[in-house]
Amino acid sequence: METGVKKIKKAKLPNRQIRMEVVFRHSLISAGLVVVILVLGIMLSLIWYSIPSMKALGFTFIWGKTWDPVRDIYGAYPFLLGTLLTSFLALLISIPFSFAIAFYLGEYKPRSWLSGFLKNTVELIAAVPSVIYGFWGLIVLVPIVQKIEMKTGILPYGTGIFTASLILAIMIIPFAASLGKEMIRLVPASLKEGAYSLGATRYEVILNVIWPYSKPGLFAGVLLSLGRALGETMAVTMVIGNTSMVPKNIFSPGNTMASVIANEFTEADHTLYLSALIELGLVLFLVTIVINLAGKRIIKRFTNI
Amino acid sequence: MERPVLTSKKLNAYFGSVHAVKNVNIEISANNILAIMGPSGCGKTTFLRCINRLHELTPGATSNGKILLHDKNIYDMHPVFARLKIGMVFQRPNPFPNLNIFDNVIAGYKLNGLKLNKVNKERIVEDSLTKAALWKEVKDSLHKKGTFLSGGQQQRLCIARAIAMEPEVLLLDEPTSALDPVSTASIEELLHELKKNLTIIVVTHNMQQAARISDRTAFFYMGALIEYDNTKNIFTSPKDTRTQNYITGRFS
Repeated sequence: METGVKKIKKAKLPNRQIRMEVVFRHSLISAGLVVVILVLGIMLSLIWYSIPSMKALGFTFIWGKTWDPVRDIYGAYPFLLGTLLTSFLALLISIPFSFAIAFYLGEYKPRSWLSGFLKNTVELIAAVPSVIYGFWGLIVLVPIVQKIEMKTGILPYGTGIFTASLILAIMIIPFAASLGKEMIRLVPASLKEGAYSLGATRYEVILNVIWPYSKPGLFAGVLLSLGRALGETMAVTMVIGNTSMVPKNIFSPGNTMASVIANEFTEADHTLYLSALIELGLVLFLVTIVINLAGKRIIKRFTNI
Repeated sequence: MERPVLTSKKLNAYFGSVHAVKNVNIEISANNILAIMGPSGCGKTTFLRCINRLHELTPGATSNGKILLHDKNIYDMHPVFARLKIGMVFQRPNPFPNLNIFDNVIAGYKLNGLKLNKVNKERIVEDSLTKAALWKEVKDSLHKKGTFLSGGQQQRLCIARAIAMEPEVLLLDEPTSALDPVSTASIEELLHELKKNLTIIVVTHNMQQAARISDRTAFFYMGALIEYDNTKNIFTSPKDTRTQNYITGRFS
C-alpha cells in the first residue's frame, strides 16, 4: 500500500492541483504582459504615425516658430515653450505649499484632527476631475487675473500661461506633498531624537536633520509633480487661451503640447497635419517618461539607504 | 542629606490610554550614577524620556506630575531649556550621518544657532572628545564622517556631543546594548569618570552592568517603581519579593 504523499510524488502527469497552479501563474504573467505590450504598442504607433511629419519637417518641427496648418507649416516651438513655462511656473507656485504640507503631516503633527482633515483634502485635490478645475478657472480665476492685468496695464485676456499655471499649481500639490510626507517619515527617529535631545526646536530639526536627509526624496516628489504638470490637458486647454503664437510673457495666451493636441485633433483633415500632432504627442510622451523614470530612480536610491 | 539634583514627584506617563509610568517618586543626588533596571516594557525607558521631555514628542503620549531640576519644575520650562540642561544618549549610536566628527561634537551649538569662534569651537571639540575618551583615537580624522567609526566609538562620539552642551544631568538609554563587550567596558569606565562633573541616569537591561557601575539602583516593574536603594542593598538584601525574583533571574 502506498500512502497519498508517495502517490503524488510518483504521479507522472501533473495532477489537478499542479495544473491549477500553472494556469494561475500563466494568467498572472499574461495579464502583466498585456499591460507592457499596450504601453509599447502606444509608443510604436505614435512613432509610426509621426513618420510622415518627421520625413517632411525634420528638426524644423522642434525649433520652428510658426504653426500654420493652412499653409502646412508646423513648428512646435510655441507649444514646447508653453509647456515648459506653464509647468515650471506651476512648480514654483506649488512647491512652497506642497513642502509645507509634507513637513506638517510628516513631522509636525502626523496625528491630529487637523492633519487628518488636511491629508484627506490634499488627496481629494488629486481625485477631482480636471475638467472641473478648468471650469472653476474660467469662472473664478480668469476674471481675477483680468483685473490684475487691467491694473498693471497688460492686455486683459484673463486666459493665458499664468492662469494655466495657477490651475496646474493647485492640481499638482498632492503629488509632491504626499510623496514628501512619506520621505520625511523615513528619516530615522533616532536622528530626530538625537537633535531634539540637544535642545533643537522643531524648526531646527526640520532644517538641520530632516531637510538634508530627505532632500532627494522631496526632489523626486517635485519631479513626479512636473511629470503630471507637463501632461495635464483638459484644465489647461480651458484656460490657456489657445493661440499658436510664441508667448511674449507669462500673461500671454498660448498653448501647451497637450492642449494643442486636444484642440486641433478633430480638425486635422490631412495626413501631415495629423502626423504633426501625433509627433507632438510622441515628444510629450517621451519627456514625461524620462521625468517619471528619473523620479522613480531617485526614490529607489533614496529608500535603499 | 544633601539636596537632590533631580526629583520626580508623582510622575505618570501614558501612551494614549496605556498607563506606562505609574506615580513614580524618586530623588537623585549629585555626582551619582543611578541605574534603572527592570524587565522589558516596565516603563524604565519611558520614565527616562519623561525627564528630558522627549516622551511628549511621540504622537498620543502624555504625562503629568513634576520633575524638579534643583527646585525648578522642568514641565514649567520650555522643553528646549529642559533638554539643554539634561542631555541624552540613546540605545543605538546616532551620530548625524551628514556631519563629520568635528561637527557632530558641536552639533548642539549648530542646531541651536549658537555662533562660536574658531578657538572656542576647537576647545569644545577637544575637551568633549577627551572627556568621552575618544580624542586620542580620532584627533587625526576629525573631518571624516562620524558614521565611519566603530559602534563603540560612535557611542562615545554621541556622549561627547551630549556633554559638549555642558548638561547637569546625562541620561543614557541602554547605551551599551548594541555594543560588543570591549566597547561596553570602555563606556562603563567612561561613565565612572564622567560622574565627577555630572549626575548620570542609566537605563539598563543588564543587571550585572547595574551592579558594576551604579551608586544607586531603581527597580521598575509594570510601570511602577518597586524599590530604590543603594545598589549594594538592592543586590544583597532586596526588600520586595519582586526585586528578589528579578535579580535572582526568576523572570526577566
